[in-house]
Amino acid sequence: MTTTAPAPAEGPVGRPLDRVDGHAKVTGAARYAAEVPLPGLTHAVLVGARVAHGRITAIDSTEAERAEGVLAVLTHENLGKIAAQPPLLPSLAGSVAPGETFFPMQGDEIHYAGQHVALVVADTYERALYASRLVRVSYAEEPSVTVIDQGRDQAYEPEAIFAGFIPGRTERGDVEAALGAADVTVDHTFTFAANHHNPIETSAATAYWEGDRLTLHDTTQGVTATQHTVAALLGVPHTRIRVIGHFTGGSFGSKAMVWHHPALAALAARKVGRPVRLALTREQMFVACGHREEQEQHLTLGAGKDGRLVALRHHKLSPTSPFDHWAEPSLGVAGQMYACPNYEGVYRLIRANTTTPTFMRCPGEATGLFALETAMDELAELVDLDPLELRLRNYSESDPASGRPWSSNGLRECLERGAERIGWERRAAPPARDGDWLIGLGMAATAYPVYGPNNPQRARARLYADGTAVVQAAVTDIGTGILTVMTQVAAEALGLPVERCRFEGGDTDLPNVAAAVGSSGAGMVSAAVHAAASALREQLVARAVADEGSPLHGADPAAIDVRDGRMVLRDAPGTGEDYAALLQRNFVPDVEATGSWGPPPHDAPFASMTFGAQFAEVAVDPVLGLVRVRRLAGAFAPGRVLNAKTARSQLMGGMIWGLSQALLEATHMEPATGRWANASLGEYLVPVNADAPDVDVDFIEVQDTVVNPLGVKGVGEVGQAGVAPAIANAIHHAIGRRMRKLPITIEDIVSGG
Amino acid sequence: MTVRTPDTGTEHKGTGPEAGDRGPGPVKVRLDVNGVRRDVEIEPRVSLLGALRDELQLTGAKRGCDQGTCGACTVWVDGRRVLACLTLAITCEDAEVTTVEGLAAPDGSGDGQLHAMQEEFIRHDAFQCGYCTPGQIMSAVGCVREGHAGDDREIKEWMSGNICRCAAYPHIRAAIRAARDRV
Repeated sequence: MTTTAPAPAEGPVGRPLDRVDGHAKVTGAARYAAEVPLPGLTHAVLVGARVAHGRITAIDSTEAERAEGVLAVLTHENLGKIAAQPPLLPSLAGSVAPGETFFPMQGDEIHYAGQHVALVVADTYERALYASRLVRVSYAEEPSVTVIDQGRDQAYEPEAIFAGFIPGRTERGDVEAALGAADVTVDHTFTFAANHHNPIETSAATAYWEGDRLTLHDTTQGVTATQHTVAALLGVPHTRIRVIGHFTGGSFGSKAMVWHHPALAALAARKVGRPVRLALTREQMFVACGHREEQEQHLTLGAGKDGRLVALRHHKLSPTSPFDHWAEPSLGVAGQMYACPNYEGVYRLIRANTTTPTFMRCPGEATGLFALETAMDELAELVDLDPLELRLRNYSESDPASGRPWSSNGLRECLERGAERIGWERRAAPPARDGDWLIGLGMAATAYPVYGPNNPQRARARLYADGTAVVQAAVTDIGTGILTVMTQVAAEALGLPVERCRFEGGDTDLPNVAAAVGSSGAGMVSAAVHAAASALREQLVARAVADEGSPLHGADPAAIDVRDGRMVLRDAPGTGEDYAALLQRNFVPDVEATGSWGPPPHDAPFASMTFGAQFAEVAVDPVLGLVRVRRLAGAFAPGRVLNAKTARSQLMGGMIWGLSQALLEATHMEPATGRWANASLGEYLVPVNADAPDVDVDFIEVQDTVVNPLGVKGVGEVGQAGVAPAIANAIHHAIGRRMRKLPITIEDIVSGG
Repeated sequence: MTVRTPDTGTEHKGTGPEAGDRGPGPVKVRLDVNGVRRDVEIEPRVSLLGALRDELQLTGAKRGCDQGTCGACTVWVDGRRVLACLTLAITCEDAEVTTVEGLAAPDGSGDGQLHAMQEEFIRHDAFQCGYCTPGQIMSAVGCVREGHAGDDREIKEWMSGNICRCAAYPHIRAAIRAARDRV
């Protein structure tokens, strides 16, 4: 593992601190949502529909109800109605965020296999699980559509996708004419298997009522999103719902939206009058929290002989649910990556019998850039240019979609640094051979949008008279290291050592922030924490200069620095006093301030993306069809890095996710039954230790004064995008064949393409 | 990983009647967990994972799949790493069970110090969400003790029963390399 990071700053921000929650995580002390000990706790297990489409004709739960320890069997006949179905909005919007605009167990219709049809509550998990198998459900089955090939002729062009936020069609210039006039064209169809997130912690909620007040421990990317959504579904005011989620055991998008289990756990807890824990089984994780949809992308590039793009046409076809017009936005970044005057992007959807697809890490960028960047590699070959040179030649100083300049960039530097790290000069030679292995090198550019929240983000900072501080915001740790980096941000703004700062999150009783999604958590929460901690510091300084007993009495607040909790005159550091001394002298137990940031203006004269470059070295055995990724090197320009260690880890994890997307991950639908055929971690392949090569992660420093106060662009997802095309391009270099399907399997290598 | 079967022989050393006569209702099962005797009243079908998590509130061992595919539930039984989700608790009577909670001497003995492997997992940032981490750590110590941590190639192979979806694998290998001489 080789890594470089920006030189450590003087203050806490940026330093590679160990995680503040590390001790809890390595000792087993960290409690996740299904681990909260409660007196009288009961356990709930869901029953899923066997058919993909149709109607329930009868449910017989008598045997289940008679089973030992069973407290309730809930079905559409006795669950009761939800108060309202909230609209589908991305959880970043900071409002309701149901995974789909359908709530199960409200009627007898079945829209997809695995749809929740019953919920069994018992005094132990084993008894609930056993009794769940005794619920007899009869169906009137109807034909289903679950894959593209079954619904191709029913495809439609939606007005908008992605909860209405993205238009179904985007055009600039005249793509048809430009393609006709282009010297060179590349025109291909790319296919992608459906994917499932599979965090190791399955989705779970523990719910209990105290009178009319509900407490929910939820696995979520945003406790506030759960609160808003459950409040709407149950018709219970926000003031009576508290959602807690201190640790979430991985999500990758599966917990970005609020699916059905928290509300069902709450309803079940009300029914049995005891706390209810509802944890999905691994198999249920394939039908109860969305997926990355199967998709086909048709991409056409037109270019001059010099390799400069003149036209880009990018069409996508994918199945959605019966309820929502959802497609991951695969065309977005791919249409903004390079200067190209003529563009057409079109989404087409097929109504299918699945849940609404959902965000999955790098939602859209990972697939759209696979099509674009493998096509660019082919274009480089056609115009006889080094693939790296082709990218540089098409580099855009501004966003081709909006025409606005980038708020910061760094793509050129990323491309150059990555090339250096992988030893790109070797690519000019024919592929090297290592026994039966052919060694190939490939590269791709990458980018990820910088999203901002739609509502103000808030935090609260409190300093006690002993000189320690607690800073709070309702953000959940999903593994990003947010608790650690916010401790650093707070400590820097307050002028305190990190050891004297504690950051708390994961509770809707704390100041409101939106869900940590879309690589936006660090940017928006750091802005709020910075605002609150800065306000607190100003308040303390103001109190000192106004206090006749302070050595700083009468000083200009602007001339005061705070270091290690001590306020001093910048020009005479010997004059000053500790925060603690000021408060103790005045018998003040604590001082508190709140801060808020945003939302950023929608009409800023800039466009923002995080850029990077990915390079891969692969070994291919063309006879056995084996591909081994020997090395990955990525260089990224994510703006300000809040913690070099945790940022590097996220980028590294993202890059291995890219490898996984390239070579392993596929959920196979069985069209005859409408069911996922490989709904387990034994059959849905994810990387294990032996699959994961060493990874080079490099940072390119760029300053961004636009995106948010600390200039943070995010590292959660950009690491993944671009890896799959870099690997596919490396395979082409090794064996001379193009890969246009994900994942790339043994059959694709040996079949002769 | 080993699979344990209920002790049905005449040499049964457990507390109650022989296993064939015990259950299907709750029976008293005597466990020795992290050096402490713990009696639980459970049905014979309860897994070791269920007993640890639901009866003893030892939630360090995680439920990730209940099918033996993810490794998040890895604990030691008589010093060997086992998948607690595929092990019936009743088969662990007369065995010593060790969970991640027992690794760092939570009673304060050893000055409350973390185990070397736990320290190196923190130092090398060998986890993100932390959910697979207790299983990774129990497996990592087992891997070293079994003599399977000689080089990265070996570590990769013998640690591949524990999935880390955050993909901290290169850092997990670094932590094992750093800790192996102190395990």
